[in-house]
Amino acid sequence: MDNDRIDQIIDQHQGDASALIQVLLDIQRELHWLPKEALQRVSERLAVDYARIQHIATFYKAFSLVPKGRHQVHVCVGTACHVRGAPRILDTLQDHTGIKAGETDLELKFSLETVNCLGCCALGPVVEINGKAHGNVSTADAADVLKGYE
Amino acid sequence: MVQLRSPQELEKLREDLLTQRDPSRPCISACAGAGCLASGAQEVIDAFTRELQTQGLQADVDTRGTGCPGFCEQGPVVVIHPEETCYLRVKPEDVPEIVSHLKDKKVVERLLYVDPATGERTTREGDIPFYKNQQRNIISDNIRIDSKSIDDYLAIGGYAALCKVLFSMSAEEVLDEIKASNLRGRGGAGFPAGRKWEGSRNAPGEPKYVIVNADEGDPGAFMDRALLEGNPHSILEGLIIGGYTIGAQEGYIYVRQEYPLAVENVTLAIAEAEKYGLLGKSILGSGFDFKVVVHRGAGAFVCGESTALMTALEGRVGEPRPKYIRSNEKGLWNKPSLLNNVETWANVPRIINRGAEWFTQIGTESSKGTKIFSLVGKITNTGLVEVPMGMPLRDIIYKIGGGIPDGKRFKAVQTGGPSGGCIPESLLDLAVGFDELTQAGSMMGSGGMIVMDEDTCMVDVARYFIEFLTDESCGKCLPCREGLRQMARILTNISQGKGKAGDLETLEELSEAAMEASLCALGKSAPNPFLSTLRYFRDEYEAHIQEQRCPACSCKALISFYIEPEKCTGCRICLKKCPVDAIDGDKKKIHIIDQDKCTTCGVCADVCPSHFGAVKRLSGVPVPADLAEDQRRVIRKSKGQ
Repeated sequence: MDNDRIDQIIDQHQGDASALIQVLLDIQRELHWLPKEALQRVSERLAVDYARIQHIATFYKAFSLVPKGRHQVHVCVGTACHVRGAPRILDTLQDHTGIKAGETDLELKFSLETVNCLGCCALGPVVEINGKAHGNVSTADAADVLKGYE
Repeated sequence: MVQLRSPQELEKLREDLLTQRDPSRPCISACAGAGCLASGAQEVIDAFTRELQTQGLQADVDTRGTGCPGFCEQGPVVVIHPEETCYLRVKPEDVPEIVSHLKDKKVVERLLYVDPATGERTTREGDIPFYKNQQRNIISDNIRIDSKSIDDYLAIGGYAALCKVLFSMSAEEVLDEIKASNLRGRGGAGFPAGRKWEGSRNAPGEPKYVIVNADEGDPGAFMDRALLEGNPHSILEGLIIGGYTIGAQEGYIYVRQEYPLAVENVTLAIAEAEKYGLLGKSILGSGFDFKVVVHRGAGAFVCGESTALMTALEGRVGEPRPKYIRSNEKGLWNKPSLLNNVETWANVPRIINRGAEWFTQIGTESSKGTKIFSLVGKITNTGLVEVPMGMPLRDIIYKIGGGIPDGKRFKAVQTGGPSGGCIPESLLDLAVGFDELTQAGSMMGSGGMIVMDEDTCMVDVARYFIEFLTDESCGKCLPCREGLRQMARILTNISQGKGKAGDLETLEELSEAAMEASLCALGKSAPNPFLSTLRYFRDEYEAHIQEQRCPACSCKALISFYIEPEKCTGCRICLKKCPVDAIDGDKKKIHIIDQDKCTTCGVCADVCPSHFGAVKRLSGVPVPADLAEDQRRVIRKSKGQ
């Protein structure tokens, strides 16, 4: 992301330092992570300490300081999915991809994350890939949801 | 759109809208809430648009995407007006048949609700037992309007309460009405809304702020999302009334970015309200200015706590601060800030329209009105249910929820989210209300209700919540940051059979410290899931610690899988699906599990056809010895034998 785009985003929020989190969310949404250069630009433009930006970027779950894979796999581990067997789904997907929750594989294909409730509890256990929900996943066919993603 | 400059102009617009609308005209309303969208509602809506064109009916039939009606279990839900014919689990391929029957008003029988007990079909939405036993004062509007249309909201009487407040009530009168209604906050603690409003109104300092807390973080709770997605104008209307009452001209909506549709719909609602002059400078010519800003939360459970939410709004890390001075007196930017939960705000226009007296007739002595619960987990009818306060848990779970699926036995219901507790079967007749739930060791919270059956391990549930809170603790207070970490470690050990004598006492001590010495409600209530499960299910803890046995056969480290020889037909399904090749067998040869290889992943139990049910979970007992090789041939019984 070049500085022009970052400036554009900041201008959309009137260059207001209290909109820092909103600015970071917009950058995160476009890039799926927050590169150091982008954070430095935000720090300059909003006149906010770089350390404070780091504090925020590490505190909130929506932000990532490392690049993400092409496909975002979200395993719902909300309570409803938990009692319906989400931990076993997560185990299976971890075994299958060879990465743990919170990690991205070396080919940058999948990023595996756990999320606390997607709010479609009737479909639990749910795995969401790139925003598309796969419902009523069973341990036996959990690995199948990853098929078809390149 | 024209700017409305007076209450008369608003009423004129409302009349025009109503005369343009023919109530007998067919309308297809499909749930476009996040739950139904996840089960394919968008494809269904697109199919309706296409099919109406194909059959040349687009000019005669309206369509609308509504908010969540609550019956998520049977989504995508489609309702045909004016008959209110309710179709469930609709797929795009069902659409041509539905559309072709519109003209002759014939019903597509196979898509109707079927009573699981009697097999009877129900045509009208309101007659379905799931809906019939509820009292839907708030969520019912979700299905009456297109969630993206301000005109729809106006047509059902929207912004009438705002009009009434601005032109015929003083701020004191509004406050008195809210106080008289005994409305209590729907977000967690149940603090009386009127007292909170009064505090903000009387507090010195300008400007003042009003805030919607839509940082719905409790896993398994999604009623706030449904309201914000489905009927955003009712929240805005409540918020503007709150602003008028306390003298605030600026409102914030703090909504999780994980709810993109809620962000979209509420942002659109603000823009439309501004165009009509229902937000902005001198609303309806009253001289009262009000603006609303949407702030997306970046994912931190603790930000649901009011002071943490306000620091997050300021663009900082969401850490709570001490509440020697309440945030309604000194909150956002140190100014008086009135924060209420989504559902609380949604109640406000209704109380103004219908009066405090109407509101106080519903509910119990100390808890007035209705409450929306999200009924999830091991329950037949997952969904959102709205009931009067005071309804017994048993009625919610059995009459509305349809009981536990698969013939399993009810074990507990968890209420109040991670800060709440588990309520056992012996207390099922408890009336739901703020104080009743607190006395039972749980709490109302935002209204999540997670039902658990005999297969749910209560130690694991406690471990799950404590781990969740360890992860979400902001780290400011030591007993929460470190204490919860230790609790999670001990509970993990217990669930792995490594518990030891004295563990429960240590857990109780850590609980006491967290409750006494944490700053905010997250830490103070964090031990609740442990304490309530210990109170009602101590035997399960003891079984884990003393016998290394999980009574629910759920904890992975304490169970074994075993194939019952007399039930196995040698079908090879489990053998093929086992990810670690731990199953030995062949066609018509009784399968056996190599316990050394088995990782207890449970795939074999999942895939074994239910009419065989040959795979059994064992815990605390030795696995029976394998059959000798010559006894492993499956002898097929002929029919009738």
